Amino acid sequence: MNVLDIRRQFPILDQEVNGKPLVYLDSSATSQKPITVIETVERYYKEINSNVHRGVHTLGTRATDAYEGAREKVRKFINAKSTQEVIFTRGTTTSINTVAQSYAAANLTAGDEIVITYMEHHSNIIPWQQVAKRTGAVLKYIPLQEDGTISLEDVKATVTGNTRVVSVMQVSNVLGVINPVKEIAKIAHENGAIMVVDGAQSAPHMKIDVQDLDCDFLAFSGHKMCAPTGIGVLYGKKHLLENMEPIEFGGEMIDFVHLQESTWKELPWKFEAGTPIIAGAIGLGAAIDFLNEIGLENIAEHEHKLAAYALDKMSSVPGMTIYGPLDAAKRAGLVTFNIEDVHPHDVATVLDAEGIAVRAGHHCAQPLMKWLKASATARASFYLYNTEDDIDKLVEGLVKTKEYFSDVF
Amino acid sequence: MSSNLDALYRQVIMDHYKKPRNRGLLEDGSHTINMNNPTCGDRIQLTFKVEDGIVKDVGFEGEGCSISMSSASMMTQAIKGKKVEEAIRLSKIFSDMIQGKEYDDEVDLGDIEALQGVSKFPARIKCATLAWKAMEKGLNEGEQQ
Repeated sequence: MNVLDIRRQFPILDQEVNGKPLVYLDSSATSQKPITVIETVERYYKEINSNVHRGVHTLGTRATDAYEGAREKVRKFINAKSTQEVIFTRGTTTSINTVAQSYAAANLTAGDEIVITYMEHHSNIIPWQQVAKRTGAVLKYIPLQEDGTISLEDVKATVTGNTRVVSVMQVSNVLGVINPVKEIAKIAHENGAIMVVDGAQSAPHMKIDVQDLDCDFLAFSGHKMCAPTGIGVLYGKKHLLENMEPIEFGGEMIDFVHLQESTWKELPWKFEAGTPIIAGAIGLGAAIDFLNEIGLENIAEHEHKLAAYALDKMSSVPGMTIYGPLDAAKRAGLVTFNIEDVHPHDVATVLDAEGIAVRAGHHCAQPLMKWLKASATARASFYLYNTEDDIDKLVEGLVKTKEYFSDVF
Repeated sequence: MSSNLDALYRQVIMDHYKKPRNRGLLEDGSHTINMNNPTCGDRIQLTFKVEDGIVKDVGFEGEGCSISMSSASMMTQAIKGKKVEEAIRLSKIFSDMIQGKEYDDEVDLGDIEALQGVSKFPARIKCATLAWKAMEKGLNEGEQQ
């Protein structure tokens, strides 16, 4: 994997910010887009833009073929059995909300349990809180170990015969830990619950095989994996999706419309009401081609090395707190941290003046922040286009930040 | 470090951050207000003692960055002893200043003027305005009681 060659394919990286070469370390928030994705979307609008599944005309057919072709690329990417199991959504949030509002709201009753973990993103907490309120189900949390990992013993202790849904992120957007979702799915199934995997932070970075994981649903977003914003995926096992009602109704998703009632199209289209996100889906297809060409295994290995390098270098900065396991083997490519006596917003502002983009805040994980006893943290996240040089610049920036704030104190 | 940064992190701001004025909640406050910035997690709590339309005393507690906490400290210093309507007027002036708009410069802003540099950092404007918005809301609600 030639990172310098890869970098050349991301035009946005070749610029100065605040007079310094851009060092983009916020890919967990959103990744940058390679030229092939940008050009694919541009070509769609220039050459074949048309609505799908409607017209008889040639452009309509070309747009439909491209849109459905992207679905097949997604199917292969996650090794789903059928394209009927691949639903295009607006992103991970919409995907999880669909499972919550359609599957869970219809199947849960008072006393049933929904089990999530303390490290979840708000998009894998609030949809379940809402379902719990509507159905009388109980929302339970799997606790975390000292280093921020999950133990299967705790999973077994939390998931019971009353549990109907277990929903866990595969990779934490704060701790960087990789959760054993395959093993958790097994425990969920033994207890008669379904397993939902939030793949927002894993799908861009590692090979996912839904049949191997045996998850019932998988949610992920395109924009974190080199595709445009506004496109995401909900994978679901066919027998579950078939028995679920859509949560949005309108054009495209119907079979027959009568005066008082209607029937739905077959899978996956019954869940895609209205004109779908055609350009986004085609862009996601191009992103998958791009990632496949480099190889998810190579990307994962590259990020793993960067994480190990960053953990090592960042630990040497005085006053540094690093959240999550210090063992790089347990981690994906991101490092969340705080510098003593400097608020993360101030860290991010000083780094920005050096051209370095990091995230600061609660990372949409307020319950986890509470667990970490931090009101906010800073995060550097890596992707296939980042280098050790980027991390060296980050560490230099952190040392400067520390000095800058000690000077004024 | 760039001069832009020095314009943001002025000495007087760091002084308020390090040694906040009026930190702590009043035991005999007449009203309290909580506010947070949901996008970043900063939060502030203010207590006021208002008598005869005058802010006799004010105290704050909170969590946040240097800009939000120093701004809170400066705000409490600025409104203590002022009439409620003067405090609210000050908040409007502050809001204009921080957004880089023309503002009424007849009023002596004292330390607050140091926060002017924030207007060059759009991502940080909300940090600076949190305490002021809370103050305005708290005093307005207090008036209605």
